[in-house]
Amino acid sequence: MTMLQGFQIALHALRLNPLRSFLTMLGIVIGVASIVTVFAIGSGAQLRLQEQIRSIGANVLMITPGAVYQGGVRLKDGSKLTMTESDVQAILEQIPEIQAAAGSIAGTAQVIHEGKNWNTTINGTTTGHFMVRDWQLAAGRYFSATEEAGAGKVVILGSTVARELFAPGDDPIGAQIRIMKVPLEVVGVLDRKGPAQDDVAFVPLTTAKLRFLGSASNINRDSVAYIIAKVAADGQMAGARAEIENLLRQRHRIPAGQEDDFKVQDPAAAMEAQQGAIRTVALLLVAIASVSLLVGGISIMNVMIVSVTERTREIGIRRALGGRMRDIRLQFLCEALVLCLLGGAIGVAGGITLSMTVARMAGWVTSIDGQAIGLSLVFSIATGLVFGFYPAHKASKLSPIEALKTE
Amino acid sequence: MTAAAPLISLQSVSRTYRTEGVAVAAVRNVSFDIAQGEIVAVMGPSGSGKSTLMNMIGLLDLPSEGAVYLQGANVADLTEDRRSSLRARSIGFVFQSYNLLARHDAIENVALPLVYCGIARKERLARAEASLRAVGMLHRAHHFPRQLSGGEQQRVAIARALIASPLIVLADEPTGALDSRTGAEILSLFAALNRTGQTVVMITHDPGIATQCRRTIHLHDGELVSDERVAELLPSRSTVS
Repeated sequence: MTMLQGFQIALHALRLNPLRSFLTMLGIVIGVASIVTVFAIGSGAQLRLQEQIRSIGANVLMITPGAVYQGGVRLKDGSKLTMTESDVQAILEQIPEIQAAAGSIAGTAQVIHEGKNWNTTINGTTTGHFMVRDWQLAAGRYFSATEEAGAGKVVILGSTVARELFAPGDDPIGAQIRIMKVPLEVVGVLDRKGPAQDDVAFVPLTTAKLRFLGSASNINRDSVAYIIAKVAADGQMAGARAEIENLLRQRHRIPAGQEDDFKVQDPAAAMEAQQGAIRTVALLLVAIASVSLLVGGISIMNVMIVSVTERTREIGIRRALGGRMRDIRLQFLCEALVLCLLGGAIGVAGGITLSMTVARMAGWVTSIDGQAIGLSLVFSIATGLVFGFYPAHKASKLSPIEALKTE
Repeated sequence: MTAAAPLISLQSVSRTYRTEGVAVAAVRNVSFDIAQGEIVAVMGPSGSGKSTLMNMIGLLDLPSEGAVYLQGANVADLTEDRRSSLRARSIGFVFQSYNLLARHDAIENVALPLVYCGIARKERLARAEASLRAVGMLHRAHHFPRQLSGGEQQRVAIARALIASPLIVLADEPTGALDSRTGAEILSLFAALNRTGQTVVMITHDPGIATQCRRTIHLHDGELVSDERVAELLPSRSTVS
C-alpha cells in the first residue's frame, strides 16, 4: 500500500464521520489559529516599533522637560516647558558631537484647503528638525532663514496631510492652505516615513509661537516643548548625552543634588528595549497556544484509540485479505495526519481571519508571517505523527484471528 | 520439484493454545495434502479444530509443531509481511458472517485485496467488476452491504475472494448464516468454481455440504478421523468443464 492509498483510505474513513472528525481536529484548529494570530499581532507590533525607530532617525537624542520644583511643590514631568531656543543654540555650538539640533512646539489644529479639511499635528520647528531625522523632501523646499526669523506664513506638509487636502493630480507646492484662519503657503511636501509620522504639518517655530501656539508656551516666549539632537556617530551617544546633561544643568542653574528639570532620552534604544519585551510576551503567548496544540494532539490520540477499538473487525478483515502490519499502521497514521493537516489548514485560515479582524477592530498593525504559518503546519504534522503513532501501532499489532472474532 | 509438490501439505501439524497457563490442543498431529483443483470439505463438530486448521492453511496462524507447506515452501520460514502478501495474492477467504466492510460499497469491498497487491485504482475497479459479474452481482456493485441480502453479501464476499485469482479459496461455514435455498445456491457457486479448476476448501458442520465435495476430511477433538474421496460423484457435470 502506498502513502497515497493510505491518504485515500483515511479521507474516506474521516468523511463518514464528519462531525466526529471535526471535533477531533478542533484542538489543533484552535492551537494553530492562536499561534498564527499571536505571531501576527506580535510581529505587527514589532514592525510598528521598527518603523518608529526608523522614523526617529539614527543616533537621535530627545530632550524633554522633567520634574520641576515650584515653591517646594514637585510638579509632574512636562508641566512646565523648561527648555529654550538658546538651549538649542548652546547644545549645537558647545557640544562637538552634535551635528544638528532643533526645538519644537506642537499642538493640533484643523488645516483647510478649499473644500477639504483635516485635523492634524502642527509642529513648529526649524529646518534642523528635518536634518536630525534624515527626513527628505518629496517636493519643494525647507524653510528659508528669513521665514524662520520672521514668522513666515509657510508650511511643509507630511505626505498624509498632502494626500488628504489635495486631489491626486494637484500640485500642493505654492498652494494656499489655512490653519486657524491664518493663510499659509505650502513650500514643501515630505517623503513618506510611516503612517504615524506622516500625519503632520510643519511651520517655522516663530510662526507657531506668534500665530498659533503662543499661549501654550506659557511664561517664557523663548521656550520649546522638546529638543531633538543628532549625534555624529553611534559610539558617541553616551558621551554626547552626558555632555548635554552637564550643559543644561549649568544653563538651568540646577544645584548639585537636585533633580534635573529635563530628561535626555535615546528613543531608539528605549524602543529596542520595548521590542525585546514584545518579543518575550509574544513568545510566552505562543508557548501557551502550543499547549492547546498539545491538548489537540492528545484528543486526536484519544479518538484514534477509540476508533481502532471500534474498527477491530475491519482491521482483522484487512489483515486476512493481505494487509501487512505496516499497511494497517500506515492507514491509521494517515488518518491522524489528515486530521492534523486539515485542522492545521483550517487553523491557519482561522488565524489569518482572526488577526485581520483584530487589525480592523482594534486598529492594531498585524503582519501575517509566512514563517509562523509554516511553523504551525510543521507542528501540526509533528503532532499527527507523535500522537497518531501509538494508536496506529496498536492497530497493526492486533492479531488478525482475534480481530476477526470481535463483533 | 516444486511442480510435483502438492498445493498445500500439512505434515504432523499440531496447534496448542495457552490460556491462563493451561495448554489446550486445538489441532493434534494432522497430516494431509491438497492438490491443485480439488474441492475439499473439512467437517467436524464445533470445537473440533476446523477453524484453527483453516487459519493455518490461510497463513493467519502457524502450527506449534509440524509444518504447513504452500507449494512446497514451509510457511513458518516466511516473514509475517511475506505471509500477508501471500494472503492477498494466493488465498481467498470466505467467512460465515461475510465480513464485508460496512462503510464501503460492493465493488470497493471486492477490490480491497488488490490494494494490498499494489494495483492501481482503475485496474482494481475493472477487475472487481469482472469478479462481480462472475458471481452474478454486477447489478449490485454500488450497493452497501446493509442494502444486500445475506446470499447477496456472500456472493460479493466470494467475488472478493476470487479477485486476485488465488491458488485456493478457503470458506469457513459459507452457508452457516443462510437459509437452505440460498445456501444451496452458494454451494453450487463453489461447485461451479471448482469445475473451472479453482481449488476450494470448505469448512462446515453440515453433512449436506459434504455430498457436494469429492473429498471430505473429518476432524474430532483436533484429530483427523477420516479422509474420504468420492471417485466421481457427479460424472455428468465433470465432463462439462
